[in-house]
Parts: sequence; C-alpha cells; structure tokens
Amino acid sequence: MIIFLLLILMLSIFLGFELISKVPSTLHTPLMSGSNAISGITLVGALTAAGTDVNGWVAIALGVLAVAFATINVVGGYLVTDRMLGMFKKKEPAKK
Amino acid sequence: MNIAINIIYIVAAMLFIFGLKMLSSPRTARTGNLLSALGMLLAVVVTLFDKGILTYQWIITGLAVGTVIGFFSARLVAMTAMPEMVALFNGFGGIASLLVGWAVYQMMPQLPLLQIITIVLSVFIGGVTFTGSMMAFGKLREIISGKPLVFKGQRIVNGLILAGIIVFSILFGLNPATSYTYFLIVVALSFVFGVMFVVPIGGADMPVVISMLNSFSGLAAAAAGFVINNNILIVAGSLVGASGVILTNIMCKAMNRSLPNVLFSGFGAVTEKAAAGTTQGEAKALSPADAFLILEAAQSVVVVPGYGLAVAQAQHVVKELADLLEKNGAEVRYAIHPVAGRMPGHMNVLLAEANVPYDQLIEMDSINPTMPTVDVAMVIGANDVVNPAAREQESSPIYGMPIINADEAKTVFVLKRSMATGFAGIQNPLFFKENTRMLFGDAKSTVQQLVSEFKDMEN
Repeated sequence: MIIFLLLILMLSIFLGFELISKVPSTLHTPLMSGSNAISGITLVGALTAAGTDVNGWVAIALGVLAVAFATINVVGGYLVTDRMLGMFKKKEPAKK
Repeated sequence: MNIAINIIYIVAAMLFIFGLKMLSSPRTARTGNLLSALGMLLAVVVTLFDKGILTYQWIITGLAVGTVIGFFSARLVAMTAMPEMVALFNGFGGIASLLVGWAVYQMMPQLPLLQIITIVLSVFIGGVTFTGSMMAFGKLREIISGKPLVFKGQRIVNGLILAGIIVFSILFGLNPATSYTYFLIVVALSFVFGVMFVVPIGGADMPVVISMLNSFSGLAAAAAGFVINNNILIVAGSLVGASGVILTNIMCKAMNRSLPNVLFSGFGAVTEKAAAGTTQGEAKALSPADAFLILEAAQSVVVVPGYGLAVAQAQHVVKELADLLEKNGAEVRYAIHPVAGRMPGHMNVLLAEANVPYDQLIEMDSINPTMPTVDVAMVIGANDVVNPAAREQESSPIYGMPIINADEAKTVFVLKRSMATGFAGIQNPLFFKENTRMLFGDAKSTVQQLVSEFKDMEN
C-alpha cells in the first residue's frame, strides 16, 4: 500500500511541475490562491475524522476545528481566486 | 461503496488537473478555477456519504463556520492585502492537516509504526506551516517588525529544536499508546520551529516565504493523505507542493538570490554597508507641465510599476493617463517585474483591478528587447527593479539581478517622493543618467496633474 501511495505522490509531483511551469507570471497570484484552495482538500480527511462516532470531546474538538479551518481554506480560496480572475479582461474594442 | 467513492476521487483529481491546466491563459483561467472548485465539491460530497461517518452535527457546525468566514474574507479583502490573505490561508491549511493527524491519533492511539510516522510528518509540516504563516502574516501587516531578527547562535538554536522534534518523535513512535505527552511536545516544538524559521527573514523577502509556505501547505495535505490512506489528498497536496516550489524558485531567481541566502541571512542587515556607495552627478528634475509636452509627442510609452504605485493607490489614475495617451495615438504597455508587488504576480492583479487589459501587461523578458524603441518609460513607485547597477556594477549587492531595462528607453521619467534609496537600500544610477528626468512628489498627484494637462489640451 505504502509503495503504491508513494508512486502516486511521485507522479503527482511531476505532473504538478509540468502543469505549473506553463502558468504565465501574470496569473501567479490567482495560481497561488487557487492552489491554496486545492490544498484545502485536507477537508476530506477532516470530515472523516469529525464524523467518526468518537469517544471524548477532545477528538470531537479536533475534528470540528479541522473541518472549520479547511473549509475556510476551500471556500475563501476559490471565491477570492474567482474574484481576481474576473478582473482579468482582454482589451475591449475601441469605444465609439 | 468504497470503489464508487474512489472513482469519484479520481474524477475530482482530474478536475483539479484540468483546472490548473486552464490557468495557463487568462482567457480560460476563470473556468479552470470553477472546474477545480467543482472537483472539490464532488470530493467533499462523496466523502459525506462514506459509511464511516456516523454523526453529522459536528461536521455541519464546522462547515458552516468555515463557509461564513471564508465567504466574507474572500469578498471583503482588498487586492493590496492579497499576500496577507494567502499567508493566512496557507496557515489554515497547515493547521487543518495537523489537526487531522492529531484526531486520528486521538481516536486510535495504538497504530502501526508506518502510520505513526505519517502522523508525525503531518503534524510537523502542518505545525510549521501554521505558525510560519502567522509570522509572515504579521510581518506583512506590520504587526510584527518587518526587520529580519538575527541573533548569534540562531542556527544552533534551530538545529536544537529540530533535533528535539526528532528525538521526541522517536520516543513517541516507540510506544504511541502511552506517549501522549511526547506527542504534545512534538506539536509544540513544531509550532516553535515555524516561528523561528520565519523570524530571521525580512519583510521584503516575504514573497519567497509565502511561496514556500504555499508549498508546505500542499505537502502537509499530502502527509495527511498518507495518515488516512487517501489518494485524493496525496494527489492534490503534491500538485500544490510542486506549484509552491516553482514559485519559490521564480521569486529567488528574480531577486538573484539563492534560497538558503533568503532563509538564513537577513538581507537588510547585510547590505547597509554596501549601500554607502557613490552618488554620481546630479539628478535632473522636471515639472509635470514639461513632462506632459514630452508625453504628448511620444509614440510608445511603457509604465514600470512598483509596489509604491499600489501604496499610493495610483493604479486608477495611471490607467486614466494610459487611456488618454492611447487616445493621443501612443502605444501603452506595462512592464511587470516578477517581484513587483508583494507576492508573485501581485502587480498584475492590482492593475487588472484598475481595468488594465491583461494583454498590456508584459513580462520583463518580453519587454526588455523592445526597450530601445520606447519613447518614454515611466517608472512609478519602482526602484531596485530598474536599477542598472544590477547590470553594470559588479560591486553592487544586487549585481546579476534581472531588471527591466528602463534606462534604455529614449526618455525615462522617474516618479518618486525623494532621492531616498529603495527596499534594498542601494543607490540607483538610473536617476543620474543623461536621459532620466525626476518627477518629484506623490506619484498619484503627479499623474493626476498629467491627466489634467491632457484634458486641458482636449478642451
């Protein structure tokens, strides 16, 4: 199992390098906030942790906090990226 | 059921990949971001159907709180404050990974060694990302002094902290079920290490730090993926990790410094001596009225913006001036240095906000060859990124740094408050060149005067 996961890790890193090096520097800030939102994927892990019927408030607190932080990351990250990308406009054809 | 979930995860991963691919052009980028968000939604929804999840009340609480905070911060943040926001979000991603690792340990203290290792990794990377990002946030907001804090034996202290983390991790790993204290020590030391790691780095180097922490937040997610044996976390996390590494690299190259140099030597502290270099000749001042006459005759104008432009909130007036110049028959372009602004690509966003079309935003490497044909280069709020010393003076601390060759334009206007040195504290020979004219004063009001000159002409 671990070998399989490591293989995935390695391939994804290579893929990441290939993809990201094609992003023009004009878009580096949205790239950062957008990839930031993707790193909020921890939310999936947090959901599993928070949803398990657990013993004790510590585990619950940890799970809820993890869900909340990851959600901020996901929701805020995607929204702000969208807001930024919406500002990038092509030159309008000359008016009048 | 499990297979179905995993298939959806694969679809989500594909959407992330396509989303990033579409970021390669401003035309498709927005759709790309939506695709990526759709992938995330799929991954989250399908996880909620996981049969391992038994209680929903806490999940809903967490989701609701996070959504509200995320929504409002994304709506309200000013574009100038993007670096702070990204720093903060990096940190949140980090702490979430730490908490996931912790929660898994809390629920099942007796875990196999392999999983214990992954938990330690996710706690360590997550913890460092969290406190490191909070420090970066503080420095950007200037809650904490932007000055690099360097003290004797700093590396030894950091080495000791790292050693401590390793020792306590091993002690913890030997008998995880009864070593809760050791675990907490690892958490605490990771937090301390994150602070120590950012403290010696100066405010001007924060773009590098944010890019790096961006990478860490991805790696933290990947580590959490190993903890819970989840592919999608590993794929998404390493995509982000790779992205951060590339950006870090670009930033370092643009500043002509190696990563270790940024991380370990407080820049401001080193260069003050070198800055006491020679001043050459006299700078020639020019009034806005005379500047207008030159601009009016110009066929090709390049604006070189720096962060000073954003501080003065002058983007909108500059855009107004650019429109007038275009109406007057001139070609207007913007030359963007990779480190203009306070994070990678920041200046482009600030100009896009002022409705500058993105096809006028030209990267340094594309604009430099055309510089000699430019009639007027207007340097607004930028300094070090147009300093020809980087090309000419081997003794200069910034020698070798790639710059925008504004000095090669036929005429150079420098809009500046005074003759003070820039971030790096280095004299700029550009100000004393034959073809350079200084327009002293607040950049915004200078540009405003130029705008009204143009308007007067029209009437």
